[in-house]
Amino acid sequence: MNQFVTLLVGGLFLGAIYALVAVGFVTVFKATHVINFAQGSVLLLGAYVIARSHASLGFALAVVLGVLVAAAASVAIDALLIRRIRRADLGTLAILTLGVDILLATELSRRIGTDVLNIGAPWGNDVTELFGIRIATSRVIAGAVAAVLVAGFWAVFKFTDFGIAMRSAAADGVTASLMGIRLNRVAAAAWALAGALAAVGGLFLTSFPAAGVTSGVGLLALACIPAVVLGGFDSPGGAVLGGLIIGVVSVLTAGYQEELSFLGRGLGGVAPFAVMLLVLLVRPSGLFGTREVTRV
Amino acid sequence: MSRWAAYAGIAVVLAAVPIWFESFWLQTGLFAMAAIIAAIGLSILVGIAGQLSLAHAFFVAIGAYGYAYLADKIPPVLALVAAVLAAGVAGALFSPIAGRVRGIYLGLASLGLVFLGQHILQNATGITGGYRGIAVPPFSVFGFEFTGADGMVVLGVPFGPLEKLWYLGVVLVAAALWYGHNLVHSRPGRALATLRDSEVAAATNGIDVVRYKAAAFTVSSMYAGLGGVLMALAFGRIVPESFGLMLSIDFLVMIVIGGAGSVGGAAAGAVFVTALPLVLNHYSGSLPLLAEPGSGGVGAAEFSRLLYGAAIVAVLLFARDGLAGLVHRKERVR
Repeated sequence: MNQFVTLLVGGLFLGAIYALVAVGFVTVFKATHVINFAQGSVLLLGAYVIARSHASLGFALAVVLGVLVAAAASVAIDALLIRRIRRADLGTLAILTLGVDILLATELSRRIGTDVLNIGAPWGNDVTELFGIRIATSRVIAGAVAAVLVAGFWAVFKFTDFGIAMRSAAADGVTASLMGIRLNRVAAAAWALAGALAAVGGLFLTSFPAAGVTSGVGLLALACIPAVVLGGFDSPGGAVLGGLIIGVVSVLTAGYQEELSFLGRGLGGVAPFAVMLLVLLVRPSGLFGTREVTRV
Repeated sequence: MSRWAAYAGIAVVLAAVPIWFESFWLQTGLFAMAAIIAAIGLSILVGIAGQLSLAHAFFVAIGAYGYAYLADKIPPVLALVAAVLAAGVAGALFSPIAGRVRGIYLGLASLGLVFLGQHILQNATGITGGYRGIAVPPFSVFGFEFTGADGMVVLGVPFGPLEKLWYLGVVLVAAALWYGHNLVHSRPGRALATLRDSEVAAATNGIDVVRYKAAAFTVSSMYAGLGGVLMALAFGRIVPESFGLMLSIDFLVMIVIGGAGSVGGAAAGAVFVTALPLVLNHYSGSLPLLAEPGSGGVGAAEFSRLLYGAAIVAVLLFARDGLAGLVHRKERVR
């Protein structure tokens, strides 16, 4: 029982990191209707910048720099490439981001090589005791940061003019632009947000208990895809819930590996995808996604 | 008439290749041929039927492993047929999900299949040999073995497994192209294209939407299976890593570069994507731009990845219909 609670809490904290990256996915999708496969390499870019610059700048400034670089790269993808073929269909845009992902990931993994770069977080390998459960400090901080960020975004979307612009652009782009909302600006903001969130997610995904920044980190963002699909692609709330579910599922299946050994080794990596397939069978648009309505 | 003359010319050239070229080019050609077959299948599914799939590597793996597992137990020709059928059955089994889930959700759901497939390949060690992989038994038909054991020599060139497999590959590719071309230009092909453009319009015209979607998935998976068998034969030994997400993305890129929905375009894209890294690697010693692997510079592997990424971006921005689109545009102008 104790093990179960420990794993559950650990899973929720991991899920909070996934939720952050997943919210970035959803924001981009809502604003520009792009499935952004480049999110993984932007995440790696953010983590890489932090890992490379923390020695000279100090950790706090390095994080700021990493977040800014990731946000700028993300905006550049939108402004330089996506904007030119904004009207193309979903599949084309998704494959375009795959191409960008390959370019960026190849260059970054060439620079990283086989090294494991330390992210340089001041909390290092500390472990915190929370209600009798021992858990990595970095994960606790990640959970807190994720909660603050998600709450902040919710408030921004709900109450500010910018949030209204964002939501109306997502609901009906043409009408929104007739009302004087600058779609390109909304799109750039959404991409910047996604890049920044990816960098924060990358920071926490590469700090303890993970080893550090390796060239394979970009693939970690793939784990966020089941989260996004589970929640429903156009629902930020769904993305948060999906992230938490995926975190819990992957930690639980990894933790009970011994008991589940008849399903094979390395179950933690594949269980999220299995859960995703099952959910899609029952609810084809995810838990909270807008159902596609066919009008004749 | 001139068309048939052209076909005959191509056939003669292809038949002469094993006599002139060294084994590296035959191996590269075989991988390209395996990719062509599988890419045609994906082109039919994505380009004609409009169903985005990232699961193609999964079906390729079923073909490859199906053949490798069965060819010891039953005649290799039957193993080939059985492997292709097994891939088709897997496609048909996935089609309930494909039938319910649409568009991008389908693409991402099929992504799950690749990861499930990897998990199975790593863990079902009795059939797949786990991470160490499994040796692929040589092909043989009516007692004619595709090995070098019989010491066959043609025009002074010893014919080993690669030389013989080359001809098998050419025949299979020709059949795949012919079938694909006919399918696209027949009634079922037009039905699938209608399905892609509007499901409602298709249904009101009496097209059984669910059945056609399932059929598209099945046919595409069978193509993948056949490509997988040829790939397994070219590899000689197959490991799970060869059938991961990267392969699925490769196939998607092939049909994008070639022009989605075009059978010939898919073939051209397949050749480009498969041969590029192999050829660059082969000549990396004599290309001045490329650094030695591990020296920190841009090596052959990285260079081909960068070129590949840039090709995707360039094609999507400037030539949305891919290579096939360029050819057709030229024809129209003339």
